[in-house]
Amino acid sequence: MFRYVVKRLLQAIPVLLGLSIVVFLLMHVFSPDPAPVVLGEHATQAQMHAWRNSMGLNKPLIQQYFSFLIGFLHGDLGVSYYTHTSVTKEIMSRFPATVELALVAIVLASVIGIALGVVSAVHKGTPIDAVSMLLALVGISMPIFWSGVLMIILFSGVLHWLPSGGRINPLLAPVGGTGLFLVDTLLSGDMEAFVDALRHIILPALALSLYSMAIITRMTRSSMLDALNEDYVRTARAKGLTPHRVHKHHALRNAMLPVTTVIGLQLGSLLGGAMLTETVFAWPGIGKFIVDSILKSDFPIVQGTVMLIGVIFVIINLIVDIIYAFLDPRIKYTKEEG
Amino acid sequence: MAEATADTVKPTAEKGESIWDDVWYSLSHNVTAMVSLGFIALVALLAILSAIFPQILPYDPYAQDLSQSFAAPSAAHWFGCDQQGRDIFSRVIVGGQVSLTVGLLSVSISLVVGVTLGAIAGYKGGKVDTVIMRCMDVLLAVPSILLAITFMAALGKGIDKAVVAIGLVSIPEYARIVRSQILSVKENDYVSAARVIGDSDAKIIFRHVLPNVAPSIIVRATLGISSAILDAAALGFLGLGVQPPQAEWGDMLGRGRNYIFQAPHAMIYPGLAITLTVLAFNLLGDGIRDAVDPKSRRR
Repeated sequence: MFRYVVKRLLQAIPVLLGLSIVVFLLMHVFSPDPAPVVLGEHATQAQMHAWRNSMGLNKPLIQQYFSFLIGFLHGDLGVSYYTHTSVTKEIMSRFPATVELALVAIVLASVIGIALGVVSAVHKGTPIDAVSMLLALVGISMPIFWSGVLMIILFSGVLHWLPSGGRINPLLAPVGGTGLFLVDTLLSGDMEAFVDALRHIILPALALSLYSMAIITRMTRSSMLDALNEDYVRTARAKGLTPHRVHKHHALRNAMLPVTTVIGLQLGSLLGGAMLTETVFAWPGIGKFIVDSILKSDFPIVQGTVMLIGVIFVIINLIVDIIYAFLDPRIKYTKEEG
Repeated sequence: MAEATADTVKPTAEKGESIWDDVWYSLSHNVTAMVSLGFIALVALLAILSAIFPQILPYDPYAQDLSQSFAAPSAAHWFGCDQQGRDIFSRVIVGGQVSLTVGLLSVSISLVVGVTLGAIAGYKGGKVDTVIMRCMDVLLAVPSILLAITFMAALGKGIDKAVVAIGLVSIPEYARIVRSQILSVKENDYVSAARVIGDSDAKIIFRHVLPNVAPSIIVRATLGISSAILDAAALGFLGLGVQPPQAEWGDMLGRGRNYIFQAPHAMIYPGLAITLTVLAFNLLGDGIRDAVDPKSRRR
């Protein structure tokens, strides 16, 4: 297993190196000059030249790339064109918000998705199955930002049950800790702040989870149907076990293998969806941050965030593969040998 | 045999000889897929007709009438009006032109480039395969919508750039499908036979190998159009798509967002247009997959 993990990590190096080249080229070669955008239309040529000098943009490209790469390896992603603050600091201050949102979304997607998928498979061909599958299809067909908007209209505008945006009432925001407000408020025993954070996260997490929920439902159903047709399930039934026991202990356990992979991969794709959800719900995470930075040509932030998400993606894929190998000894053996 | 019903006799009577006749036969008997195809045809027809004969639209989609700003849906304006008093129904119809064009063109880009790269990688193997597939891994290293947005940041706003950005980020999906399919068919006897009689690599790939992997590519491309429409809408929503005053569904949603409680209809109808169109492509894609691979129907 150790050798497999090392091998996978080594394989990730050229991919991340390639990503750094693509992102760097996009930002420094194909993009229009950021100076007029950052300094405004009325900036003189001399001012723009001085600004480019101060940002190191007049150096040869190859030198710029290597200083970006070396900085990245040391955790230094440069400074924002606008605030001159460290990009790493800016990203890290927003990162917990995105992690919290993605984690709550994946829990919602997994719990509801697996439940719907199992119910659909067990009641295949019934109206329950048809409704679940229809919901799943609508889930993958709805733009994530539109479902968010509909939820805001209904739950905030019409029913006034939940807030339409933000992460917590600023007066209640916990200071320090993990940066995950639900965890921090719970640990400090501040239930008022916990409930407020929970009320803020419900809608964005639900909107973000819909697509993954749909994928997990479809995968669980299909994988459960395969398992229900296996000989060992027939044997379990023939032994006289109750349907509940057969479904839970024999079919579901085996059906979970591919579902686990899908859940892991969905966690990665949630980072993409987070950009849209965070924009809709004014959620102060890295998704909204990168969109705002792109719109104002703050390229160091774009570069840094894309690279960070690339690293997270690689790590998630690796963890998914390790869990898969752990759950299925056959795969572990093959991969270690290979 | 005398008791054979019409159902049991019909398939053999109507079935054609080629695989495509079989696929079409199966597809044409799938009600959901046919309704979806009908819906897509309707949206496409309205988009084309409104481009050629704008007079078929109830209102000029670009004409502002501030007295009608945020007018609610009514008999005069079926979907209501937006902030500038423009008729949302007319703009939704015209918006279909952009969404369908982006969907089809970007899938064409990823299809042509992805299939070519995947075919070369799978057929050639060795170092060529490694280099091509590692490049594909780089494009898969971040969520596709993030990559598309980064491309847009570099290329600038505009629908033509959105087509390129969405097309580029989907290339790896096609390359991977084609590569794996080619790996499984290239050792077949008919490929070896073609090689023995001296066919060139290109001829073998395009004549003998690709037709065999075409069905799975078509299924993927149909589903790919739906994700391209969603990605295009996302770019439009973030303000990176069309230039004003051009109507596009995602852009309409993005602009309506500031008036979400004041005029929810300005967001509901464009969103519904995206969802129904994407749903139709997804259902059609599922239908084609069932027709191409009857085993998948069990699920």
